[in-house]
Amino acid sequence: MSGAAAIVIGASAGAIQALSRILPALPAAYPIPVLVVVHIPPDRSDLLAPLFQARCRLVVKEAEDKEPILPGFVYFGPSDYHLLVEADRTMSLSADEPVLYSRPSIDVLFESAADAYGASLVGVILTGANEDGAAGLRAVAAAGGVALAEDPVAAFAPAMPSAALELCAEAQSMSLDAIAAYLVGLGTS
Amino acid sequence: MTKAGDDVEDIEIHLLLEALFRRYHYDFRHYAPASIKRRLKQARQQLGFHSFSALQDAVLHDAAMVPRLLNYLTVQVSEMFRDPGYFRAIREKVVPHLRTYPSLKVWIAGCSSGEELHSFAILFREEGLLDRTLFYATDINPGALEIAASGVYALDRIKAFTENHQMSGGKSSLSDYYTAAYGRAVFDKTLRSRVVFSDHSLVTDAVFAEAQLISCRNVLIYFDRPLQDRAVGLFRDSLVRKGFLGLGSKENLRFSGHACAFTEFVREEKIYQRREP
Repeated sequence: MSGAAAIVIGASAGAIQALSRILPALPAAYPIPVLVVVHIPPDRSDLLAPLFQARCRLVVKEAEDKEPILPGFVYFGPSDYHLLVEADRTMSLSADEPVLYSRPSIDVLFESAADAYGASLVGVILTGANEDGAAGLRAVAAAGGVALAEDPVAAFAPAMPSAALELCAEAQSMSLDAIAAYLVGLGTS
Repeated sequence: MTKAGDDVEDIEIHLLLEALFRRYHYDFRHYAPASIKRRLKQARQQLGFHSFSALQDAVLHDAAMVPRLLNYLTVQVSEMFRDPGYFRAIREKVVPHLRTYPSLKVWIAGCSSGEELHSFAILFREEGLLDRTLFYATDINPGALEIAASGVYALDRIKAFTENHQMSGGKSSLSDYYTAAYGRAVFDKTLRSRVVFSDHSLVTDAVFAEAQLISCRNVLIYFDRPLQDRAVGLFRDSLVRKGFLGLGSKENLRFSGHACAFTEFVREEKIYQRREP
């Protein structure tokens, strides 16, 4: 790939442990913005950004409507809203109905990001107990981007990465540490 | 790879939205594009068209296609008392100010199928304000307005509505306001006896009344920045001085050109107050 412009990550059951192996590994000067969607119940206030800010060297924040996507940041989609990427590389939120029972939906983030970033996007599907993200990861690969999924054998909940690997033939299965190392490497190449 | 294909699709979407505006005056041209594209893809698939151009052809030549397309482009499924903290703040912080007016006008902008309107009507009845209040419930989708005016909702949604109502500080039981029959909950028509339902567009229409309170939640996120500014300008011009504006939990006026016309009244619930002019 010709240099990544953005990374999108989707995770569900077991997300916090899995993301804790990846996000803290990224260095302070990491040049690629990271957008993360995690399935959390709508009545849970948005605790993910503060939780990870305490562990990360990048700035971790909740994504805001119409906010520009910038390097040096990790953005978490807010609960009960979909997070989308616009062609002008800003983010927008939507209260459209859940997709595959999920809001935020990983598919919605990945498909819109694939539209906006094309071949310069990296998509990563982590642990989860449903099939959200599989169609999204396929869209990332179809646009020429890099598609990665956590190795289902080692995942806390294998269903989500398994579904992604099944639907997206180009996706590579990797351990969490290998994903972290790959993403760190993207930032130095 | 598929980049060329995507570009054709983007051209088609642009032309379709232009056609919808020029032929029927429904203006989605300044909606946030990613979301519109997603909704149009859904419409194209479910209405059975192989391309957006084919859908455009049908829309231009068959007016009956318009309401069907509108249902994909506009309908929001909301809940009654969605974000209970918002309604609690309205009840505890805004209502004491509203009590000082002998008569009230409240505008529910982008009311869709009426869940939020009914929430306000119930809250106002509980607070003894309903009889002196006129509600304007507006939307661009006539089908959604019909549902709002009927006050009929699927019974399986009532459990969530009831929980929200209780968490919002509800002083009565939600079941006081509806009768259940055949899997549907029919809300008391007296809740809607002082409601004007009206087709109004925040994109193309003007100010139509003066209000003490405007609630417009999860509508602005679908607009691009200039259109958000237009809508907020309408709200500013529609509010009495010291009137209130409630937005969705992820919406704010920070980047709006009209931010200086408002103060934050309940910051965490996105309730603003119009400054003295």
